[in-house]
Amino acid sequence: MGMREQIETAAARYPDRRSAIMPALLIAQQAHGHLPGPVLEEVADILGVERIWVYELATFYTLFHTEPVGRFHLQLCDNLSCMLCGAERLLAHMETVLGIGKGETTADGLFTLSTVECLGACEMAPVMQVGDHYHGNLNIARVDELLDRLRASAPRVETIAPAAAPSPGE
Amino acid sequence: MFDPVLLKNIDLPDSHLLSTYEAGGGYRALAKVLREHTPDEVIELVKQSNLRGRGGAGFPTGMKWSFVPKRADKEKYLCCNADEGEPGTFKDRIIMERDPHQLVEGLAVSGYAIGARTAYVYVRGEYVTAIRRLEQAIAEAHAKGYLGTGILGSDFDFTIHIHCGAGAYICGEETAMLESLEGKRAQPRLKPPFPAVAGLYASPTVINNVETLACVPHIVMRGSEWFRDIGPDKSPGPKLYCVSGQVRRPGLYELPMGIPLRELVEEHAGGALPGRRIKAVIPGGVSAPVIPASGLEVGMDFDSLAAAGSMLGSAGVVVIDDTTCMVKVATRIVEFFHHESCGKCTPCREGLNWAVKVMRRIEAGEGAPGDLEQLDMLCKGIFGNTFCALGDGAAMGLRAALKHFRDEFAAHVEERRCPFH
Ligand SMILES: Cc1cc2nc3c(=O)[nH]c(=O)nc-3n(C[C@H](O)[C@H](O)[C@H](O)COP(=O)(O)O)c2cc1C
Ligand code: SF4
Ligand code: FES
Repeated sequence: MGMREQIETAAARYPDRRSAIMPALLIAQQAHGHLPGPVLEEVADILGVERIWVYELATFYTLFHTEPVGRFHLQLCDNLSCMLCGAERLLAHMETVLGIGKGETTADGLFTLSTVECLGACEMAPVMQVGDHYHGNLNIARVDELLDRLRASAPRVETIAPAAAPSPGE
Repeated sequence: MFDPVLLKNIDLPDSHLLSTYEAGGGYRALAKVLREHTPDEVIELVKQSNLRGRGGAGFPTGMKWSFVPKRADKEKYLCCNADEGEPGTFKDRIIMERDPHQLVEGLAVSGYAIGARTAYVYVRGEYVTAIRRLEQAIAEAHAKGYLGTGILGSDFDFTIHIHCGAGAYICGEETAMLESLEGKRAQPRLKPPFPAVAGLYASPTVINNVETLACVPHIVMRGSEWFRDIGPDKSPGPKLYCVSGQVRRPGLYELPMGIPLRELVEEHAGGALPGRRIKAVIPGGVSAPVIPASGLEVGMDFDSLAAAGSMLGSAGVVVIDDTTCMVKVATRIVEFFHHESCGKCTPCREGLNWAVKVMRRIEAGEGAPGDLEQLDMLCKGIFGNTFCALGDGAAMGLRAALKHFRDEFAAHVEERRCPFH
């Protein structure tokens, strides 16, 4: 199904098309990776709603990205239970091995590192979400293993920059 | 041993499938109400059970349902609050991932009771597995005639839609959730009008938590007396407790309402990690004021915890041990509320920003004399003066940390460093 049809299917669930902006943004983000201005305008046009309504939501909710993110978005929970179970150490470790600070993306575009609020999986603290998956009961060894696995799963691109190169710091 | 009710299926193979749910007696409550009960009788049954909302506030569920006007000419909506953003809470995720049909049946029975034909389940967007399982369960239930038109040969029509959240804690506040469902920024609404009268699309709307709805089919099958006999009469029922933090066996525990916090943490969850002592426990998600180790005899129910100056909230029990700095804990919690403040009202938006600045400097050993009084003053300025309960929760939590662990705050200021580093 194309983006337009997916959005129409979502819109049919509500008596008011404005309600479909959130699902439409999720669909658009899935299709485009992030939500630049022209995509927001396309969503507004498909739904036939005010563009400002779409902008308002795209900038209010943290799961919407108006800027590009890396191929793997490492979202480490640093809320209370994860903090109590060592999330800070994991953050420091990932910053060192990836050569980036939180909120930044590696130069090869592979990893974006973020901290997030409670993921609702505190029984397996510390937890990190990457894409659709939760990785729990993490320690430094498991984080290293996970990063290796993710790197290995990424398709090789010829123009790839050295993996250790720090990003210019956005 | 307490026989699990809400979690009885979750360890079965393929616990999320319709066949498993049916084999355990699933959808019999829906068949029973459609065959034997009027909607008002279901409301009365739930009232008699004394079921109180599991989302945080503990409002009597049957009473909430009875506020929905009976007029037939207006569409009515049922919304399920599956936003589960309260740090320390993970019970609704586990229900949706491992026994989604329990929620689907709860929704159908509750929708029948209040006269709704449409339900929206507002699930936080991070819960990808829960969303997929719930979608699958809804599709299975449709195919089997438990949802759709003329359900099980009755004249009851009912459809369930999933609405994915996009990462904002405030969407868990029920009126902010309605704004979000209408496609707006999630900022709470002024009450009254209450949602039961004018909620989603200005129509009568009931909002209930996942666990609340999951209790309903069991009440239908086993009766209100059975439910009331579990735990304290005014705050009864089986309860899901989420235990996490510095504890040997973190996890989800189903036990009667009202069990002592100490029994939950020490016996069921195994107590402190080797060589450490429990210093404090947060009993109901980070909105709930912290309880020092000396207060662990308190019963885990709405009224006992309120009397002890805290709250049951979402029953997210976070255990903190003696290696941890309480200033750091309190700072992290206030940072969370500051980050999630929707910005609609000044005491919350500005007050929390100010509090975070003061707390970070105390934690860093750069606190000034008078900083603790400054924080007291900020709590006073926020509490009771905010538009929704987010600001109140933040102020209550900070006030409790300042009260029970004032010596730790003072030590930071006097020694100009964190004594735990
Ligand atoms: C800031 C804030 C966040 C909330 N988050 C949630 C939540 O994530 N899940 C939930 O069920 N209730 C949450 N609530 C409570 C809801 O507003 C509402 O009381 C509840 O969903 C009603 O359902 P119940 O009666 O079944 O508990 C929150 C309240 C506030 C003030
Ligand atoms: S108390 Fe905070 S979250 Fe609630 S309405 Fe005011 S600013 Fe928004
Ligand atoms: S605090 Fe990290 S998942 Fe809840």
